[in-house]
Amino acid sequence: MDDARTRTLILVAGMLLLLGAATVAVRILKRQHNSAINPAILETFRLRVHAWWILFSTLGAALLLGQGVTIVLFGLIAFWALREFITLTPTRPGDHNTLFWVFFVFTPLQFFLVGLEEYPLYSIVIPVYAFLFIPARIAFAGDHKRFLERTAKIQSGLLICVYCLSYAPALLTLGSLERPINTTGLLLFFILMVQLSDVLQYAWAQIPSRHVIVPTISPGRTWEGLLGGSISVALLGGVFWWATPFAFWLAALMSLVIALMGFAGGLTMSAIKRDRGVKDYGTLVEGHGGVLDRIDSICFAAPVFFHLTRWLLPYL
Amino acid sequence: METTITINVLALIARLLSGVSVRWVDSQPDTCQRVYFANHTSHLDALVIWSSLPAEVRARTRPVAAKDYWMAGRIRKYGATKVFNALLIDRKEIKVHQSPVDLMIKEIGNRDSLIVFPEGGRSEGLEVGEFKSGLYYLCKKRPDLEAIPVYIDNMNRILPRGRVLPVPLLTCITFGPPIWLEAGEPKVDFLARARQAVLQLKEG
Repeated sequence: MDDARTRTLILVAGMLLLLGAATVAVRILKRQHNSAINPAILETFRLRVHAWWILFSTLGAALLLGQGVTIVLFGLIAFWALREFITLTPTRPGDHNTLFWVFFVFTPLQFFLVGLEEYPLYSIVIPVYAFLFIPARIAFAGDHKRFLERTAKIQSGLLICVYCLSYAPALLTLGSLERPINTTGLLLFFILMVQLSDVLQYAWAQIPSRHVIVPTISPGRTWEGLLGGSISVALLGGVFWWATPFAFWLAALMSLVIALMGFAGGLTMSAIKRDRGVKDYGTLVEGHGGVLDRIDSICFAAPVFFHLTRWLLPYL
Repeated sequence: METTITINVLALIARLLSGVSVRWVDSQPDTCQRVYFANHTSHLDALVIWSSLPAEVRARTRPVAAKDYWMAGRIRKYGATKVFNALLIDRKEIKVHQSPVDLMIKEIGNRDSLIVFPEGGRSEGLEVGEFKSGLYYLCKKRPDLEAIPVYIDNMNRILPRGRVLPVPLLTCITFGPPIWLEAGEPKVDFLARARQAVLQLKEG
């Protein structure tokens, strides 16, 4: 067990070093006047680094205070992300009571069940029971205008912001008495890889000869960015293999999956934003976009990473 | 009145709960005497506008609210009298010798600002209703007041008319540039201009 603690501490120290280096790099580049780097890109990166400090210090504090606190922290993040999602989604007065259930019953219930480590329940409560409850409750309210559309919007919000995100703290509940694993390291590894994949895909997309993947949705995402970013993340994931239960090659492969899912998450949420005609989901901190803008890739990568790890654990 | 710290903490909680984002369009927060006039869709409107003002402005700003609603129940009463120091208007028996406008002018003296909802009641849907004449008389008797239009977005989804349970969506409050009553401007024209000033913030 002490071995696991040492590895977690090394991982945390490594992350602090990375963050510190990024902060210093931004400061130095900002001071140089006619540098080769586009000031807009530098500003995006500066805001990113700022958001990382908030993200990792909050997560670190929560992990120190224990599994329960970490699960509550993710519950609050999910609640806020769902707020941003539903705010941007047009609903009708007939949806009011349904939304009340979604915010104050299903969201806390999901994280409560994760806290109880009731995998058979928390893996189906939202995709099955909330899925059936939402249209029934809307029908009961009696407003049938654009019925299926409203139902689908509320269901999607709940699934993406709450259900999918809850798999990130659920990583802490993996492992068993016979096969204990360093779950704190696993969660930190996961969040670190998602964030690195976001920023490395962005960085690789800056190189010339751009081949935009979906110009109508996200002109900033290129094939160069996706390939370069994913391969770099896979290599970095391999470098951090010792923080996970995986061997070197498996840690690299898992990181590749995280990068691809993170890409899918960012692209999907961009499509929703574009449809609603906005750039960001919220304005909690000026210039940072919303919480949902920062966690979209975590939401998509978390369930896949969780299930792959859960499935692979007996063979490791 | 409660201490400043209690009030600031309560205002912060109100801001977090309503998730409000505040925009000042061609306008700046100021402690000069003003009348903020806003569209009205929810019981929480006054509270949210009040909490989104900077602390020193907030300390001098009093929402005008209906006595019958805000004196019912201990929490509402505490909030209205001890925290945001509301100016409560009795809707049921309006006295002839002291109209609500006279009361407002007397209460604010030469220091405080007001938050008013010129639609009278809360509007039903997304439309902003016609303005009642109180705002006109207020500006006529105190032409030095800056009238600041305020548009509240989304509050009607958070706590619609007739509902008890709020849904925690995010609100956006926009403060616009001041307008004044012009010399000899007819009542109808001024009220239409004021309403238009609020509606303009909706688009921006």
